[in-house]
Amino acid sequence: MKILARILLPLLLIGVMSPVYAATIKWSMPGDSLTLDPHAQNEGPTHMVSRQVYESLVTRVVDMSIEAQLATSWKATDPETWVFKIRDGVVFSDGSPLKASDVVFSINRALTGASDMIELIDSITSVKATFNNQVEIKTEGPNPILLNQLSQIFIMSEAWSKKHGCEQSQDFDASQETYCSINAMGTGPFKITLREQNTRTVFERNSNWWGDQSQHNIDTIELLPIKNDATRVAALLSGDIDFTNFTPAQDINRINGSALHKVESTPQARTIFFGMDQGSDELRSSNIKGKNPLKDKKVRLAMYHALDMNAIQDKVMRGLSEPAGMITFPGVQGYTKELDARLPYDPNMSKKLLTDAGYPDGFEITLDCPNNRYINDEAICVAAVSMLAKVGIKVNLNALPKSIHFKNLQNDLSDFYMLGWGVPTFDSHYVYSFLLKSDGSWNKVGFSDARVDELVGTMLTETNLDQRNANIAEAWAIVQDNMPYLPLHHQVISWGSKSNVEVPIRTNNEPLFRFAKVN
Amino acid sequence: MINYFLKRLIQSVLVMLIVAFVSFSLFNFVGDPVHNMVGQEASMEKREEIREKLGLNDPVYTQFFRFVGNSSKGEFGLSYQLRRPVSDLISERLPATLELVFVSALIAIISGVVFGVYTGINREGYLSNFILIISLFGVSLPTFVIGILFIYLFSVILGILPSFGRGEVIHFGFWSTGFLTLSGIKALILPSVTLSLFQMTYIIRLVRAEMMEILQTDYIKFARARGIKKNIINYRHALKNGLIPVITITGINVGTLIAFSIITETVFQWPGMGLLFINAVQFVDIPIMSAYLIMVAFIFVMINFIVDIAYYFIDPRIRFKEEAVTE
Repeated sequence: MKILARILLPLLLIGVMSPVYAATIKWSMPGDSLTLDPHAQNEGPTHMVSRQVYESLVTRVVDMSIEAQLATSWKATDPETWVFKIRDGVVFSDGSPLKASDVVFSINRALTGASDMIELIDSITSVKATFNNQVEIKTEGPNPILLNQLSQIFIMSEAWSKKHGCEQSQDFDASQETYCSINAMGTGPFKITLREQNTRTVFERNSNWWGDQSQHNIDTIELLPIKNDATRVAALLSGDIDFTNFTPAQDINRINGSALHKVESTPQARTIFFGMDQGSDELRSSNIKGKNPLKDKKVRLAMYHALDMNAIQDKVMRGLSEPAGMITFPGVQGYTKELDARLPYDPNMSKKLLTDAGYPDGFEITLDCPNNRYINDEAICVAAVSMLAKVGIKVNLNALPKSIHFKNLQNDLSDFYMLGWGVPTFDSHYVYSFLLKSDGSWNKVGFSDARVDELVGTMLTETNLDQRNANIAEAWAIVQDNMPYLPLHHQVISWGSKSNVEVPIRTNNEPLFRFAKVN
Repeated sequence: MINYFLKRLIQSVLVMLIVAFVSFSLFNFVGDPVHNMVGQEASMEKREEIREKLGLNDPVYTQFFRFVGNSSKGEFGLSYQLRRPVSDLISERLPATLELVFVSALIAIISGVVFGVYTGINREGYLSNFILIISLFGVSLPTFVIGILFIYLFSVILGILPSFGRGEVIHFGFWSTGFLTLSGIKALILPSVTLSLFQMTYIIRLVRAEMMEILQTDYIKFARARGIKKNIINYRHALKNGLIPVITITGINVGTLIAFSIITETVFQWPGMGLLFINAVQFVDIPIMSAYLIMVAFIFVMINFIVDIAYYFIDPRIRFKEEAVTE
């Protein structure tokens, strides 16, 4: 009885007391932000932390649509010039007002030196403050996706950065940490009051914030990274943390089984697929010499029909995946449900296609797969190997840690590999310029189509949106007809929390605590 | 004497250099750090530029000599991942690991000796068998399983101990301690017990065997015959002699505890050096990895060096041999 009371009493107390002390969220993820310098790392968890503190000219809200943030309005005065009106009355958390010059400073900072954001916004040629608190941005040629890109560029205070000697993003040459990489001072809804990297970061409500304070009731966020999945789940179940945006698939039922906790899931903005080298004249790992079977579309389709993604969804992913028919996901400009429908699973068709292509006995090939990058990556590959074996393709699996897998890909060492692609700009151009353009830096399949290259060019310059959408659709039609990649599935992410904690789930896995409530 | 001392010192430096070289050449197989450092959008040119800047394009031996030169000055460079000086990162996390290791060693030694003596004296008792069976789990179950079981039992089901972290710490200059707060002490219990289990089992078995052997010797029999009280025989005559090998072995094993703490720290999210190292391996953060390996090697070499020197004073045979050679 005594033990029972000892267990139940604290639980009861938590239940009774939570409305009073409801304003703290203890948040956990496997890693931590790499740096508080908002331009030094273009990386998921780093942006997740920065986004609570820093704001951008425009931003994506919960449903990923773009809304005004530090800019109130914007217009293109000519195809290469954009003018943004900066919001009046915004102050940084130290009380100093936001000026147009801060915006100019921040964009230039993100564009130069060791900034990791350069590639994202390299179409910007000049930024200047004009009269009336306006900022004029000029781009090299028309840029229809400038707003997408600017939503990732955080605005810092020029005076604060200069005062602390970090007007440039931190570089590796200077073997010294900068003030801005361990402190943060922005216009956002929270400010960081304590920073112990990889251990504990405390955010407090910024009472100077210009936005609607009633959208959330969070006074304090504590970020407590926990690397080990099992420990993180145990910490959630025991009440040591309130919320995690990284819930391991195998523990979802257990968390849902607790009366005090819940799990929410949503498709993630990332699609997993296999790349097949159809550009080389001979495969490196195949028993077929002198020619490349993957050059033949029939062989690629045979491999497609051999993969039972519903089985992988059930058995490997425990339901947490959406089988995919195209290599990008809902929400991206250019995605359609029709294109995303998979061709049927049909091993007999596969065998027939292989026979037609001249490989009645199949062939041998090596599949390169990461083992610590995507959800259940290696297990998916293992399943695919046995499915392909059923139609006669003997696949040797080569599963490696991501740091080696991606190095091999970049050095063009793979015939057949797994890759996942997220699209931070939510526009097909991002998929095409890296994966499908002839000279795309991640086009490791050797796909090359003159018309597609032409269309990719127009995606960057066509400012008539209807025409642009038609071009994107045409490009996808060509790609779907050629099938240079084998689409597998869209990843699904899960957020676990206490039942009384409401953090709206987002497809890019980034929590926005300014919309969070603790009831 | 000085000769012996110098010889040991040169050997130690040589071992350090070999460790440094082996670990350094291994880093070529861990993967490409640049991939983790830049976004997926980064162009080949940018990647190449960073490789050049970090000196990753230089031949391995050039990188190695640069590294040895810098680390002998105490400079380990800037972490690729966290972009902070490695020496700062290590000195921030050193207190957490050392406190954990200290408490685990204490638990292992005290309970190891107590249980060892008990099971050595009462060989057939139920409690003795129970202790021995339980201690078998300590060696046979992997640390991470024990850690997760402890977390599940004490945090999730009973809810009496925190599941992760170090609790509140108090800072004294460069040192941070969890000994002075209730939450800090509570947070220490599970990880230190987990970490100590293996060593504890080891010590129990060692003490038990020593005790059993000594209790058979003639001088104990003689003492018994003289009618000396049992407790005095057990604890003054037998235990004292039995502890000599235990002390030697435990000294060396403290180094092992530091190495073992990698797993325990990962399971309990203990903010020490092991956790730092594991994160660094996944990111291919070469500056942290090499600094950590050098440091662990240094601790081992130092302990061995001290043991060697201690032997010189304890064991007269070494002393005489050395003196005979030099004269």
